[in-house]
Amino acid sequence: MTRSFRIAFKVAVMLIAAVSAVLIASIILWMIGADVGATFYTICVVPLTNSLHLTEVLIRAIPLCVIALGITVAYRSGIINIGAEGQMSIGILAFTGVALAFPDVPRPLLLPTAFIAAVIGGGLWGFIPGILKARLNVSELLSTVMLNYIAAQFYSLCLRTIYLDPAEQGLGAAGTPQSMRLSENVWLDRISGRLHYGIVIALVLAVLIYFLVWKTTIGFRMRASGSEARAARYGGINVAFYVTLAMVISGAFSGLAGGIEIAGVHRRAIEGVTNNYGFSGVVVALFGGLHPFGILPASFFFGLLIYGATLAPSRVGVPANIVQVMQGVIIIVIVTAQMVLSNAYLQDRLWRKLQGMRKKEA
Amino acid sequence: MEGRITELRMEHITKRFPGVLASDDISIEVGEGEVLALVGENGAGKTTLMNILMGLYQPDEGRILINGEEVRFRGPEDAFRMGLGMVHQQYMLVQNMTVTENVALGYKEAWSPFRLSLPEVRRRVIEISERYSLAVNPDAYIWQLSVGEQQRVELVKTLCLGARFLILDEPTSALTPQETDELIALLRNMTSELSIIFISHKLQEVKALSNKVSILRHGRVVFSGNTDDHSSQDIAAMMTGHSIDLPKNEEERKAGETVLSIRDLVVLSDRRTTALDHLSLDIKAGEIVGLAGVSGNGQRELSEAINGLRKVESGTITFFGKEIQNLSPRQVIDAGMGYIPEERNVEGIVPAFSIRENFILKDASKAPFASHAILSRKDIDSYSEKLVKDFDVRCPGITTAAGSLSGGNIQKVILAREIERKPRFLIAVYPTRGLDLGAVEFIHQQLLAIRRDGIGVLLISEELDEIMDLSDRIAVIYKGSIQKVLMHDEATRARLGVLMAGVKEV
Amino acid sequence: MIEMLVNMLSMCIPFSVALLLASLGEMFNQRAGVFNLGCEGMMAMGAFIGMLIPFSAGGGGAVSQWYNVLGFIAAGVLGAFLGLFFGVVTVTFRAPQGIAGIGLQMFGVGTAGTLFRHFVGGTQSIPGIPDISIPFLSSIPFLGDVFFSHNGAVYLAYLFVPLAWYILFKTPWGLKVRAVGTNPRAADSMGINVSRTRYEALMLGGALAGLAGAYLSIAQAKMFSDTLISGRGFIAVALVYFGHWHPLQIMGGALLFTFAQTFQTQIQSMGISFPYELAVMLPYILVIVVLSFTSRNQTTAPTALGKPFNREIRT
Repeated sequence: MTRSFRIAFKVAVMLIAAVSAVLIASIILWMIGADVGATFYTICVVPLTNSLHLTEVLIRAIPLCVIALGITVAYRSGIINIGAEGQMSIGILAFTGVALAFPDVPRPLLLPTAFIAAVIGGGLWGFIPGILKARLNVSELLSTVMLNYIAAQFYSLCLRTIYLDPAEQGLGAAGTPQSMRLSENVWLDRISGRLHYGIVIALVLAVLIYFLVWKTTIGFRMRASGSEARAARYGGINVAFYVTLAMVISGAFSGLAGGIEIAGVHRRAIEGVTNNYGFSGVVVALFGGLHPFGILPASFFFGLLIYGATLAPSRVGVPANIVQVMQGVIIIVIVTAQMVLSNAYLQDRLWRKLQGMRKKEA
Repeated sequence: MEGRITELRMEHITKRFPGVLASDDISIEVGEGEVLALVGENGAGKTTLMNILMGLYQPDEGRILINGEEVRFRGPEDAFRMGLGMVHQQYMLVQNMTVTENVALGYKEAWSPFRLSLPEVRRRVIEISERYSLAVNPDAYIWQLSVGEQQRVELVKTLCLGARFLILDEPTSALTPQETDELIALLRNMTSELSIIFISHKLQEVKALSNKVSILRHGRVVFSGNTDDHSSQDIAAMMTGHSIDLPKNEEERKAGETVLSIRDLVVLSDRRTTALDHLSLDIKAGEIVGLAGVSGNGQRELSEAINGLRKVESGTITFFGKEIQNLSPRQVIDAGMGYIPEERNVEGIVPAFSIRENFILKDASKAPFASHAILSRKDIDSYSEKLVKDFDVRCPGITTAAGSLSGGNIQKVILAREIERKPRFLIAVYPTRGLDLGAVEFIHQQLLAIRRDGIGVLLISEELDEIMDLSDRIAVIYKGSIQKVLMHDEATRARLGVLMAGVKEV
Repeated sequence: MIEMLVNMLSMCIPFSVALLLASLGEMFNQRAGVFNLGCEGMMAMGAFIGMLIPFSAGGGGAVSQWYNVLGFIAAGVLGAFLGLFFGVVTVTFRAPQGIAGIGLQMFGVGTAGTLFRHFVGGTQSIPGIPDISIPFLSSIPFLGDVFFSHNGAVYLAYLFVPLAWYILFKTPWGLKVRAVGTNPRAADSMGINVSRTRYEALMLGGALAGLAGAYLSIAQAKMFSDTLISGRGFIAVALVYFGHWHPLQIMGGALLFTFAQTFQTQIQSMGISFPYELAVMLPYILVIVVLSFTSRNQTTAPTALGKPFNREIRT
């Protein structure tokens, strides 16, 4: 097998994957009678056309990136975290709680404390499925989904009760469930438009995760546990500990993403902050090849899709749910393409068929 | 059902797997009532060839002829229909189903769209088991049966499906010497009705049973002929291509003091049944103790319990004067235990990890490989390059994924890691299973070398030859306890076989 | 007190149907060795199409019951089709099942939401299906209300429980399913087509998930919304573990979880005030607790669950 054949095979598979993803999404668009070309243009190109749009894309890329980094740590350690949505909610609650309790503490102290609270909150919410998986073999896929629902209920319970903005309290049932505007001491400054300094945090975290996972002994052990848990255990690695740790880190990142989102964008806890970022984060992590330096462009791309989809209802009459369809299709296509790429048998057979055809021609 | 099979031929069969030519223009021929022995080293392509015959693999080239007519098998069911049946080396039985249900899987006569007639299958099982005097309980679940019983089930199953042409893939590999003799006698009786292809690398069996032999090496037939015309030595020489005399433990035993002492060990199996039943065993420095026994008698549980991988219910394991039962695997490793686990692909190495990462698997946080939790790439690389050279690991480079290596090279990676760590003791579990003779020789040499360095070795194996070649003393395990410990010169195949079958010596 | 119990039980039985059907479907998938986390998405699609048909026919007003039947059929067919699609991904291409299931879930929920917004728009209700009181039996005190005064789909769903048991343990197909989920290599050597059997199980499972979704939209909620399924698909997967892959135990589990789901309404009827959100959390918490107790030492689990089969790669 030649090198150029291998490369051609890879490129061909990826092309087919991309085309089939677009095709499936197009079928759904066609079913609702939308202009397929215009829809893709609106979602993928329009947001790039001016700087205001661009900042909105970046705002969405920030939580996606932070969450996907956390999911990568977990995934590499053999545990699939689809609970980022819930971990983010708990992070927001913790962040908001600190901000509401100590509004007058000066910013250099309050902001880090609030972020730490978000990290602890998310980490705790990640610890539960982690320890359940490590000790009791509970499927993290199910436990994290359940914890998402629990967190969502807990979140709205808090917003309706202890966090409720006094201004809304008087309105009774008609009031919006949200906290009051948080003290300026927990705000992240803005760079341009609504774009805030969370983007710097995301970039730093990407480097940090690269270093942690690939350059340290902790990362080595987490990867060993994730790659082949039995061999890791036989090699003296405390797999249960590292799996739990990975999940705590993963949850902490999601929690932090929630804190950043509040500090940078909303500046109060409201409904819908998580915006499905937890699930999108899984797609971003996979799309980014489970590597920090792939996740950076991937989060930008999905920030684009998510923001573009918000433009779709008014511009081309396509419901914003279409982005969820695309994400689902992309996950399926990615994992399928990966299997095809790693299938040495298929590659071998194709190569020989090609050789056979050449012989016949000659 | 078709008629008799008077002649079966495979002609010019070629089958490629990525990077391997598993069958290279192979032709074989079997007549009615004949027994063909297919002989060759591990990896020579015997099983692949038989899987092609059964329709499990499709050959890239070549054809199969039965009674002179070409046949195409798209799957095993086509082969069954022609009267072929195969007993695979790894038994193809569904553990949580009964014997009857296992037979029913292939016994289409009992199938109707909405109803499965199990009583009919059961009757057939009883009929066949009586006709060939193969005692099986049709209502037993497979997991309740011993290895020998499972093999009988496999035979019954194959015969129930109407096989008149039997393919047996290493049928004796998990049996005691006595069970092996019984099986050979049984098969010899069957040849009045059946033709047989018999895969083996044990030459006594080949001589005892077959009338024709084909020798495979690296996917090619290197010899075909009548068994009686050739001595075992000739066949062995043709099998390997050159004569290999495996090293033997012939140096004087200089055993030191007891370093590993196991007392009344009780351990449970995965199914929560007793796996080790008050097992006691002592091993001294500088000796190799071979643990002989049919697999499934507690060998896995013993090695796991010693290494902290399985909970010890009661009893003690004393290692250099310190009790180590129920310590963590890390603590056992730090106490100086070396371990070559049973399943090299998932227990010995992390397959997706590179060779160099596997070398430091147990020492990732120790100097010089890391300082302050940060990995030191340079030191890891130079260490790995050295090990690859010293242990002759054949690989493209130290960054190659260990899982992509051949079995022999994977075992070398594990051996290199374990020996280079300078253990105070080594447990080797089935260290040569499935390896070719060159790799076996290398591993045996290494085991003898560390014995020479005064290190104690517990060698767990199902190959009696391996145990008898290497051990200073031989302990026989049966149903989770040690039957007897024999000195090297007291042990004979027959005596070990009796002990392995659970017969107590008086 | 008795009256309250009767009320609770007679509510639990119809409300448990969606969970029951989806779990039985997932049971067939897992018995064949495929872990289908996309159940939620299949249910969403089934719920949407199931509701769309009677809604389009009657515009929300009364329609012939045949449109409801047609809705169920369409949901089953769509579910089977999604099962087939999942088979292509996980059986033919051997993609990792857990993450592929998440993809299917997103795809299903997203597509159902997108199509719903386009074809239906906002919250629209449909008349649903009437209760059928079984003559004589329904007039038995207490028992009549609990067991014999439900809509027709309830009886059919519960009749499917023994049928599922029969299929699994008494037919050649059930034998094949159990074999390919436990030891596909052995099944293969016996001439059983592992991929085909897994495809068939996935299609049956998908059809049942689709029906379960349609039951929610046609018979139970009489409407569709994005949050209609709200994790029932995932709970159904958990129920399979809880029920040890056995139809009767799964039925017990479905009833238990429905009881937890209807907890809110029950305590309200008792006049106890209890935070709504905490009551809604209850079934989700219950899933985690139950999994914690049942996941360890699972000896009944199909041993090849989650493992793609490849004849040419020896393990």
